[in-house]
Amino acid sequence: MDYFDRFAVPHPSPAIYASMVAIGLTMLAVVVGITYFKKWGYLWREWLTTVDHKRIGIMYILSALLMLFRGGADAIMMRAQTAVPDNGLLDGQHYNEIFTTHGVVMILFMAMPFIIGLMNIVTPLQVGARDVAFPRLNAVSFWLFFMGAMLFNISFVVGGSPDAGWTSYFPLASNDFSESVGSNYYAIAIQIAGIGTLLTGINFIVTILKMRAPGMNLMKMPMFTWSILITNFIIVFAFPVLTVALALMTMDRLFGTQFFTMANGGSDMLWANLFWVWGHPEVYIVILPAFGIYSEIISTFARRNLYGYNSMVISMVAISTLSFVVWAHHFYTMGHGAMVNGIFSITTMAIAVPTGVKIFNWLFTLWKGKIVFTVPMLYSLAFIPIFTLGGVTGVMLAMASADYQYHNTMFLVAHFHYVLIPGTVFAVLAGFTYWWPKMFGFMLSEKIGKWSFWFITISFNVTFFPMFITGLDGQARRMYTYSESTGYGPLNMLSFVGAIGLAIGFALIVYNIYWSTRYASRNISNDPWDARSLEWATHTPIPEYNFAIVPTVDSTEAFWDSKKKGFKLFGGKVEKIHMPNNSGVPFIMSCIFFVWGFAMVFSMWIIAIIATLGIFACMAHRSFEKDHGRYISVEEIEETENKLRGAK
Amino acid sequence: MKQLFPRGQVMGFAFSLILTLVALSVIVFDLSLKMAMIILLVTAFMQAALQLVMFMHAGESEDKASIYTNVYYGLFVALVTIFGTMLTMIWGYQ
Repeated sequence: MDYFDRFAVPHPSPAIYASMVAIGLTMLAVVVGITYFKKWGYLWREWLTTVDHKRIGIMYILSALLMLFRGGADAIMMRAQTAVPDNGLLDGQHYNEIFTTHGVVMILFMAMPFIIGLMNIVTPLQVGARDVAFPRLNAVSFWLFFMGAMLFNISFVVGGSPDAGWTSYFPLASNDFSESVGSNYYAIAIQIAGIGTLLTGINFIVTILKMRAPGMNLMKMPMFTWSILITNFIIVFAFPVLTVALALMTMDRLFGTQFFTMANGGSDMLWANLFWVWGHPEVYIVILPAFGIYSEIISTFARRNLYGYNSMVISMVAISTLSFVVWAHHFYTMGHGAMVNGIFSITTMAIAVPTGVKIFNWLFTLWKGKIVFTVPMLYSLAFIPIFTLGGVTGVMLAMASADYQYHNTMFLVAHFHYVLIPGTVFAVLAGFTYWWPKMFGFMLSEKIGKWSFWFITISFNVTFFPMFITGLDGQARRMYTYSESTGYGPLNMLSFVGAIGLAIGFALIVYNIYWSTRYASRNISNDPWDARSLEWATHTPIPEYNFAIVPTVDSTEAFWDSKKKGFKLFGGKVEKIHMPNNSGVPFIMSCIFFVWGFAMVFSMWIIAIIATLGIFACMAHRSFEKDHGRYISVEEIEETENKLRGAK
Repeated sequence: MKQLFPRGQVMGFAFSLILTLVALSVIVFDLSLKMAMIILLVTAFMQAALQLVMFMHAGESEDKASIYTNVYYGLFVALVTIFGTMLTMIWGYQ
């Protein structure tokens, strides 16, 4: 049985054994359930093999919600542990594992897929396309992300979770200081998911550049599409750095190379440097789409066109460029001199300028608007002041000399939660509520939605504002406990209370989905929010070909013009439509990737080699496969269109 | 006959060979590390540009503008990453 010892969790506790049982039972229940209701065929035909951007988007969002609750459970445990001084709920090792997985899961497996999910559903519709440029590649992207996320998530019951922080700094993450396989999971699971993200980046750049509706030149694209285009540029140029850094890390940990060691010419700080060369642009990868979502929502519910379209675009381009020249501000205290810190201070502060331009543009859009307070709009309105607080504290952190005081304190933790939660979480919740009727054909309850909005917004501030204060008082981040004499106790207790409020808010969102699925009216129009961009011009539910006739566009708000000024969106007549075929290969290949990743984590070389061959076999299959897609006939389109029109 | 002869391509091919030879000189002659790295960087970027324009036809399609924008953006990111890392890890390190 020695062989199986490696799979044991090195630092077990009753909670982990309980989760093992829970995971086992859940999986059994899922399998039994699917078999009992005879849904295997449906699942395979309609979801596992799909190449439809709308379905892939929905799967992305479901996974992201799942991961939100996983990361949220970690967060609650952290807040519970630090709620009172000298707490013994978790020991140091468990606390390390929990903050590490909280960070990785929330950034890479919650924020990223949520954003990518919304971009999958909305972007092709907004540019008037039938699907993304490479539908099969899109399925590969999703399944690679999904398998990467699942591989990362089994770490806490098989072999132990990574425990070196989401930044995984060396030498702490080296074999000497992180002996369990946890950091192998980190290197390999993120690598697999990262390949998926990189493919998404290429896919969407091509989609936006090549597949726009006739008449839609770049400066007539909706703002969300602009933000997605810029985001994907950042993905394509930033993710290769992560790929390389993780590959070097994998070699250091598995094959004994010395890239990030402190001997033989290695440099541990080189990891920090490479990590942040990717890591800072990554921040903008999750925040720029949020800016796009807010731009759509604010102009829809202020009932005005977006103020300063050109300056919005220019500031996003400026942000994307600046995002590549600021990374050293994450390690001002590393020991490089005043000259380097000075340069990176200035570039960092410069980012506040284009961001400020955008804030003022949103405010001017609201100015004299007829504001409708729907749930998406409430999130957008709350975003502006809260995000500004996060941004202002960011400028404080940008000052290198002052940063020596703030570095690695709870002040920093408060800052990035003040940026990422209103910036990304509020945005995806707003976008999710806003586009929900387009995805599913009914609206989420506004009443429950408003309850959850207030719970989340108020509790968010109760949770994270005290951290600014304890941070300035010297509470370090990632500290698993503290003594009573430090005086951090009461404010940390307040944080814990806020965290419970946040949990209630997120639970209400789930309840809202349940309630609305059961009781919400299905009798809604194709355009329930009275919105402005093309995704609302097609039917609800969206037919698989999106638009029976490709729309023609001549302004940034062609759909609005068609409603208000009689602009003719759909000219021409229905023709047969070329659509891609479904394929099981992306799913199968990603399953093999999962096996490969698992084998690599545990250094099981023979399985790893076989899996590698399997991956290449799948790629070879694709190279030699003759798949020219299929055509939907005119009769079939007209039948679908009539049915969808009649249902209104 | 004159129109049929791919003069540009042949010149480009010859030039790319010359660039390779210049890069090769780094190991033939006993150069300082600094000099060697400068030669390699300069020839590498010239080589990449040559291949893109001459043999991958970057400038010959209707997407010319977006292709070049991409290339310049990529160039910017690459140079910033390389020289920024040099700055933080070596030149500016105390």
